[in-house]
Amino acid sequence: MNRTWQRFKASYLLFSFKQDKTAMLSLAVLLTLLVTGLLAPVFSPYDPYDPANIDIMNSELPPAWTQDGEAAFLLGTDIQGRDLLSTMIYGLRLSILIGCGAVVLQGFLGVVVGLLAGYLGGKIDALLMRIADIQLSFPYLMVAIFISAIFQLAFGIGRYEDLAVPLLIVIIGLAEWPVYARTVRAAVLGEKNKEYVEAARVIGLNRWRIMFRHVLPNTMTSVLVISTIQVANAVMSEAALSFLGLGMPVTKPSLGSLIRSGFEYIFSGSWWITLFPGIFLVLLVLVINLLGDWLRDVLNPKLYKG
Amino acid sequence: MTTERPNPIKSDKNGLLALKQVVKHFDISGGLLDRLRFEKGRLKHQRTTVKAVNNVSFTIAPGETFSVVGESGCGKSTLARTTLGIYPPNSGRILYRGERIDNKNAQQMLPFRRKMQMIFQDPYASLNPRMTVMQTLEEPVVFHNPSISRNQVKDRVAEVMSQVGVDPKWAARYPHEFSGGQRQRISIARALMVDPEFIVADEPVSALDVSIQAQILNLLMDAQDQRGLTYMFITHDLSVVEHISTRVAVMYLGTLCELSPARTLFESPRHPYTQALLSAIPKLGRKKTGHVKLKGEVPTPINLPSGCVFHGRCIYADPRCVEEVPQARTVENMVIVACHAVEEGRI
Amino acid sequence: MSHLLEVNDLEVKFGLRLGDLTAINGISFNLNKGERMGLVGESGAGKSVTGFAIINLISKPGFISGGRVMFNGRDLAALSEEAMREIRGNHISMIFQDPMMTLNPVLTIGTQMVETLQAHRSITRSEAEAIALEKLKKVQIPSPEKRLAQYPHEFSGGMRQRIVIAIALITDPEIIIADEPTTALDVTIQAEIMDLLQQLCESEDTGLILITHDLGVVSQVTEKIAVMYAGKIVESGPTERVVNDTKHPYTQGLIKALPGSLQPGARLNQIQGMMPTLTDIPPGCAFNPRCPICEAICRDQEPPFIPVDHLTRMVACHMVKPDPSMGTR
Ligand SMILES: Nc1ncnc2c1ncn2[C@@H]1O[C@H](COP(=O)(O)OP(=O)(O)O)[C@@H](O)[C@H]1O
Ligand SMILES: Nc1ncnc2c1ncn2[C@@H]1O[C@H](COP(=O)(O)OP(=O)(O)O)[C@@H](O)[C@H]1O
Ligand code: SF4
Ligand code: SF4
Ligand SMILES: [Mg+2]
Ligand SMILES: [Mg+2]
Repeated sequence: MNRTWQRFKASYLLFSFKQDKTAMLSLAVLLTLLVTGLLAPVFSPYDPYDPANIDIMNSELPPAWTQDGEAAFLLGTDIQGRDLLSTMIYGLRLSILIGCGAVVLQGFLGVVVGLLAGYLGGKIDALLMRIADIQLSFPYLMVAIFISAIFQLAFGIGRYEDLAVPLLIVIIGLAEWPVYARTVRAAVLGEKNKEYVEAARVIGLNRWRIMFRHVLPNTMTSVLVISTIQVANAVMSEAALSFLGLGMPVTKPSLGSLIRSGFEYIFSGSWWITLFPGIFLVLLVLVINLLGDWLRDVLNPKLYKG
Repeated sequence: MTTERPNPIKSDKNGLLALKQVVKHFDISGGLLDRLRFEKGRLKHQRTTVKAVNNVSFTIAPGETFSVVGESGCGKSTLARTTLGIYPPNSGRILYRGERIDNKNAQQMLPFRRKMQMIFQDPYASLNPRMTVMQTLEEPVVFHNPSISRNQVKDRVAEVMSQVGVDPKWAARYPHEFSGGQRQRISIARALMVDPEFIVADEPVSALDVSIQAQILNLLMDAQDQRGLTYMFITHDLSVVEHISTRVAVMYLGTLCELSPARTLFESPRHPYTQALLSAIPKLGRKKTGHVKLKGEVPTPINLPSGCVFHGRCIYADPRCVEEVPQARTVENMVIVACHAVEEGRI
Repeated sequence: MSHLLEVNDLEVKFGLRLGDLTAINGISFNLNKGERMGLVGESGAGKSVTGFAIINLISKPGFISGGRVMFNGRDLAALSEEAMREIRGNHISMIFQDPMMTLNPVLTIGTQMVETLQAHRSITRSEAEAIALEKLKKVQIPSPEKRLAQYPHEFSGGMRQRIVIAIALITDPEIIIADEPTTALDVTIQAEIMDLLQQLCESEDTGLILITHDLGVVSQVTEKIAVMYAGKIVESGPTERVVNDTKHPYTQGLIKALPGSLQPGARLNQIQGMMPTLTDIPPGCAFNPRCPICEAICRDQEPPFIPVDHLTRMVACHMVKPDPSMGTR
């Protein structure tokens, strides 16, 4: 453990991180957002899910520093009279949860499919990659509309509220696994003819062990790099679905559904309900992408000599 | 120490390892669409194959260093991998101590996996970069002896590491922390971990500097002396071959041209290709004495020439060479040559 | 007498995050018109960097930090990029191990040869093509007229290297620097390419700096050699003398380590250890941890690179005493 820490301290990764101001700032912002989101009950002034905190008389109050604002609601309130800041923090939590959940699902499916296709090759490869192509050529919005419509019909709007999070994770997760599958497959093709894999075969190890113990760990760099981009994409997808009314319900709004609910009132002058969640969303996606870029540059095997 | 090592060739009939008419072709025709050709107004289904190894037979005696030489692309690595069952041969048989191993499944192969090991060319690709030296070295032992205790494994790793000249203190390090020569030592250690009898070394020193090359060759020769190993040594470096081999097989375009005891081969090469190859070695401090120039270039192994694969470049070629494939024949004690001209006494 | 090329105390550094690393540490040699010289040493010794430094083409973190490269009375190390372009490929050409470093895969070799020539001479395309054809014949490419219209991928490795040589020759340079030109090729092809290179340099009176790790190749092609170790030249002189009467312990070790010099099957004479990386070059003589005859002085004083006989032999070793007939310096 200690040795691993020592190694990390001496690593090129840490060194280049310290050189890169953008990466450091991005990480700081991301960590702040993550901590705030994950510990939402601690940081938010009110619990937006608790009906006791909601007073319809408070609806559409502007931010505290404007003329009509109230000091109790820093960023104002939304249409139902919930504190906007609290709702945003809870929404952030949902967005992060769905984003990460979807990426874990994508990653799992994609890595397994990519590994099998790349290592086993032949007909299995052809079959799996054609499935991936078909999956990619389906617009995920269409799939999402379809699935969530079925769900809302089948379980009714009330149950849908509880099922929305896992449902979104599944929809977004299923939509983009081929991205992982292709990346992993390409990396596996690069690795599988290397001599250390042949050495493992000469030892007599079976193919599963070679695949998971020898080949897989060596594809993880590229998985890590695309994961950052995929998290950002998943957060965006969730926002888009919610914006179209196919995502999180207004009672449990994610950032996307908040933007949507505010959007309807933007012309009546309630700009803050859309703007602040929008800024939050952009900030989150931006810092993840910036970190992803940095990571890709650092881990680029061409530049990085071990 | 400059004592000459004993020549261990015995008139062992079966030998340790025998290849009988081994053929290995690779199908590179790709998907179904790539295979369809339009010819003379008709759609034809056609496969493209690389004829990497064609009808190669030889027997390796226990304790010998059997070298395979030839220029790049002549099928040396393919032959090595086919011998060890990494690639299944298209036809032919491979016998280990008289037992056929080319048709065994993975489970049946396990006992042989402990006997036969391999050392690779590229010290940077032959070790898994995500595994420490310890993990790399213990894997074969633990895999083949699941009941072995932690301490026994550790002792064994330390023992083999010091044998190959890598300080056992470094077992917790990753491959990138070592130089090329040290990695090659670790690679050799991995092969030695299961206590094999037979090691295929595919260009083990080709990627190393001269001074490191000498260290690794010494290590290989020492390991052979101590453990009675048998080597199949693959290389394109003829001065290394001359130094370490008992017998040498010369390959050209996937076929065996000549197979002789090392000294005989270097003193009196018989096959026209061997003659050209040997004359091209740059010798230190000796001005060139005019090498045999070959006309043309090596043809692709996709479309092998008819008859003798060397006929397009051979100065002794005659019409028979274009039509008839020369068979490998013993021309004198232990010298096997596949050439019509040698057979007819024209050379 | 002045030489065609004179390298004096050349020093090359790489600016890295750990600080500046000295890759070439004050090397000097010279080359006369039509002379063939070998630069040998193990990988990492600094051979390629020396080659690039001569044509002032060290890539980014690297820079020439001292010394001079005098060519025809001009110091190439101090020349502007523009003036250098006039020299490079025109007066001094370079050949690399990988022919594809020189060849552009999307242009026919005819186009590439013509463009190289037109970059340095004001001649018409057809004149240039005539010269290109003549050079292709010189490097013994069969049916050169047809070959001019082909792309690099249509040639085998050996043929590509011949084309690269033809391109290097096209401007009739005074010096060709060949960096491991045959390392990636097979022995039979290597022998042919080396023959060709030697014969062309002789017939055109072109100087050759042959960079390689293969002492055998160098000893057949060159008239003199310089042996590099850890960024320095440790021994130089006429090839035949250096190979047959080796002075420096490192060169001796290299030669003795070759399998060809011994009874088959005998243990090879190995040099212990390995060449230090630039970050941990030991004080004193860089070779001292591996040297069989190292003494106390070797560990704290750098041996000077001095002449040891009347035959332009130079050696950097405390234990090699100059020929007594040379008198005191
Ligand atoms: N896995 C493979 N698939 C297709 N062709 C191959 C494969 N391995 C080797 N070959 C081809 O077989 C021939 C022999 O290759 P190889 O055995 O690697 O030669 P060598 O080791 O003597 O250089 C070459 O033409 C090579 O391109
Ligand atoms: N771009 C670079 N950055 C840092 N160090 C370099 C670079 N290029 C070469 N070097 C260092 O310079 C030394 C000499 O390299 P080189 O001239 O390529 O050796 P060789 O003798 O094998 O041709 C090596 O130790 C190498 O690490
Ligand atoms: S069989 Fe004919 S072509 Fe082949 S090597 Fe002998 S003489 Fe030459
Ligand atoms: S100076 Fe000393 S250490 Fe260096 S080579 Fe000479 S004897 Fe050896
Ligand atoms: Mg090979
Ligand atoms: Mg170099």
